[in-house]
Amino acid sequence: MQEHDLSFVRVEMALAQSAPPSERGLGAWIRKNLIASTGDTILTIIGIVLVAMILPQVINWAFISAQWTGTDRTVCATVAQGGIQPDGWSGACWAFVNAKFGQFMFGRYPIDERWRPILVAILFVALLVPLLIPKVPRKGLNAILLFGALPVVAFILLVGGIFGLPLVETSLWGGLLVTLSLSFVGIAVSLPVGIVLALGRRSKMPIVKMLCIIFIETVRGIPLITVLFFASVMLPLFLPAGVSFDKFLRALIGVSLFAAAYMAEVIRGGLQAIPRGQYEGADSLGLGYWQKMGLIVMPQALKLVIPGIVNTFIGMFKDTSLVIVISMFDLLGVVKQNFSDANWATAQTARSGLVFAAFVFWLFCFGMSRYSMFTERRLDTGHKR
Amino acid sequence: MASQEILREEPSRGSFINDPKIRGIFFQAVVVIVLVALVWWIAQNVIANLTRLRIASGFGFLNSRAGFDISESAIAYSSDSTYGRAILVGFLNTVIVAVAGIITATLIGFIIGIGRLSHNWLIRKICTVYVEVFRNIPPLLVIFFWYSGVLAVLPPPRESINLPFNSFLNQRGFYFPRAVWGDGSWLILVALLLGIAMAWFVARKARQRQMATGQQFPVFWTSTALIIGLPVLAYALSGFPLSFDYPKQSTFNLTGGFQVRPEFLSLYLALSCYTAAFIAEIVRAGIRGVNKGQTEAAAALGLRAGPILRLVVIPQAMRIVIPPLTSQYLNLTKNSSLAIAIGYPDLTAIAGTVLNQTGQAVEGVVIMMAVYLALSLLTSAIMNVVNAKMALVER
Repeated sequence: MQEHDLSFVRVEMALAQSAPPSERGLGAWIRKNLIASTGDTILTIIGIVLVAMILPQVINWAFISAQWTGTDRTVCATVAQGGIQPDGWSGACWAFVNAKFGQFMFGRYPIDERWRPILVAILFVALLVPLLIPKVPRKGLNAILLFGALPVVAFILLVGGIFGLPLVETSLWGGLLVTLSLSFVGIAVSLPVGIVLALGRRSKMPIVKMLCIIFIETVRGIPLITVLFFASVMLPLFLPAGVSFDKFLRALIGVSLFAAAYMAEVIRGGLQAIPRGQYEGADSLGLGYWQKMGLIVMPQALKLVIPGIVNTFIGMFKDTSLVIVISMFDLLGVVKQNFSDANWATAQTARSGLVFAAFVFWLFCFGMSRYSMFTERRLDTGHKR
Repeated sequence: MASQEILREEPSRGSFINDPKIRGIFFQAVVVIVLVALVWWIAQNVIANLTRLRIASGFGFLNSRAGFDISESAIAYSSDSTYGRAILVGFLNTVIVAVAGIITATLIGFIIGIGRLSHNWLIRKICTVYVEVFRNIPPLLVIFFWYSGVLAVLPPPRESINLPFNSFLNQRGFYFPRAVWGDGSWLILVALLLGIAMAWFVARKARQRQMATGQQFPVFWTSTALIIGLPVLAYALSGFPLSFDYPKQSTFNLTGGFQVRPEFLSLYLALSCYTAAFIAEIVRAGIRGVNKGQTEAAAALGLRAGPILRLVVIPQAMRIVIPPLTSQYLNLTKNSSLAIAIGYPDLTAIAGTVLNQTGQAVEGVVIMMAVYLALSLLTSAIMNVVNAKMALVER
């Protein structure tokens, strides 16, 4: 009967109170994140000093003192250097980038024909964007168009020589056009070749396995420059006299083979992470080798290694800049080539051009890595262990 | 009963076309035949091309006179030296820049990686910006930036920037005093080696004693005293044989001292900055891979923040860190071949020059591949030993 003697029973919940003032607002955030302890405070001060030293200078250089328009070097040079700027001036010479923008994009591609790469770029974006947005239907058709039809159309448009389009030699190509076409072909070739190499390395056929291991380990052990050297000096020796390869094609072969070896290792990692039961399950269903791989193992393995695959893509995108050593001019190559233009040579030219190139590369690579994170989250169906 | 009858029969194999073993053998035979045919065809073409170009194959050219100069060389070299020696110079230059880059990249990478896990918001953000910037631009661009964007626009030698310790920085590189070792300086080296050996011995003894009795010994301070004190003592005993050759400003250039050329400097700085961003991510992943319970258990045992990090977290994190760290070291070594773009005479640059001068394309590329493969295997081997030491010892 004790419980009946209780004089008070609370029936409704107490109202939630807001956190004490010391635990909310800007002050608490600063206390927790910036000055939690003595060491922390010292670090914060060092950080503030560092930022205060670098950031104003960078902003001043890139925006406030920068010269956006101009026709020649005088806008970007101080009086002592023969320009119009006061002594001690230091700012970005965006006028240089502005004047050379066409070259940075297309290289020496004839000006009258530049609508062709622009059209290809529009087609590429029009096909790529729907492929990247998960909600848009008809992924299969889209992929076939992007990886099957677009290369053919792009080849006809960019090279020309038929349908009344004037021929444009690949030696005239340059700038972002070369960077993007090299990376696109590299990506489109290296993924399937990498899958085949990875399967070969895990194959039960000893000769195939050995050949794949030798190829992968050799290519991974040497720098891309050596591979490019190989492609540019040794490929001509390998062919019968008189037969010659386009330089662009040679670079393409070099870059694709190089990326394929790395891709193979990434995919092998995924294949190893698939439990044996999946293979055995596929076998017990009576699937053949290619059915087993194509329907059961690969979809799971590729999903696991998306970050690795995208990292390889990013690496390859960055590596296309190395074609400069076999005297082809991608974005970085064209920018560097233009440093020697006497009309624009100032102390700021090199820096401005390189910062612009870095920004373009950064945009593409950062975009790719963010998209891969997004895909990873979307496809994360609980297989991570 | 019928089913038992069937089971007792030989399993039907079907057509031999469907036998995986026979298929495998057939497939491999096809691969081998195609490969042999391809190699034979290539060999024929190479031989025909070389005869047409009148190039004698073989490595005999390594003994002939090189005839070109190399701006930076760790060993004696002149244009009268042989091609073989030129390639050796290039190899040494590659090793120098790779080792220097690996050490610096590891230091920066660990600092940035730990910084990304800091409780301090500002430090965390600064480190994140660093990583995201350097990870997403090509290493070659970073090299060019240091070379054309920073070092090339420094003042000319007459207006050199003065740095502490009589060092100077100008367009032609970084100058610092060069140590001149006089007579008897070998004693210092011996003392240094002796100090290191004694420190190692003390550390071992102290460890044994701690294991046996639980008593601790100030190993760090003793080792520091031994490693620094003994050489200083030797230096005083041998009559101060060390002097410095300071760089001096003359009318147009700096004379004396030790010059680090801008090519080396930009390659070294760029490789370090670039690789450090990747190492930072590896370190971060490694530390985050250590279970939080480990830290909490160590704290429950009464360890302070420092020893927790040193004795509990880092040894476990290193297990996760070392394999990807190895591949970053390999990448750095391979990326050092970008030197060719700014004219630092590394292996690729010199082998490329030799290849152009002699036309020995096959041999040149073979040498390059062999050396880089050997370097990669060596680095992997060293890191495998380290990894084996760090690996989890399970019962």
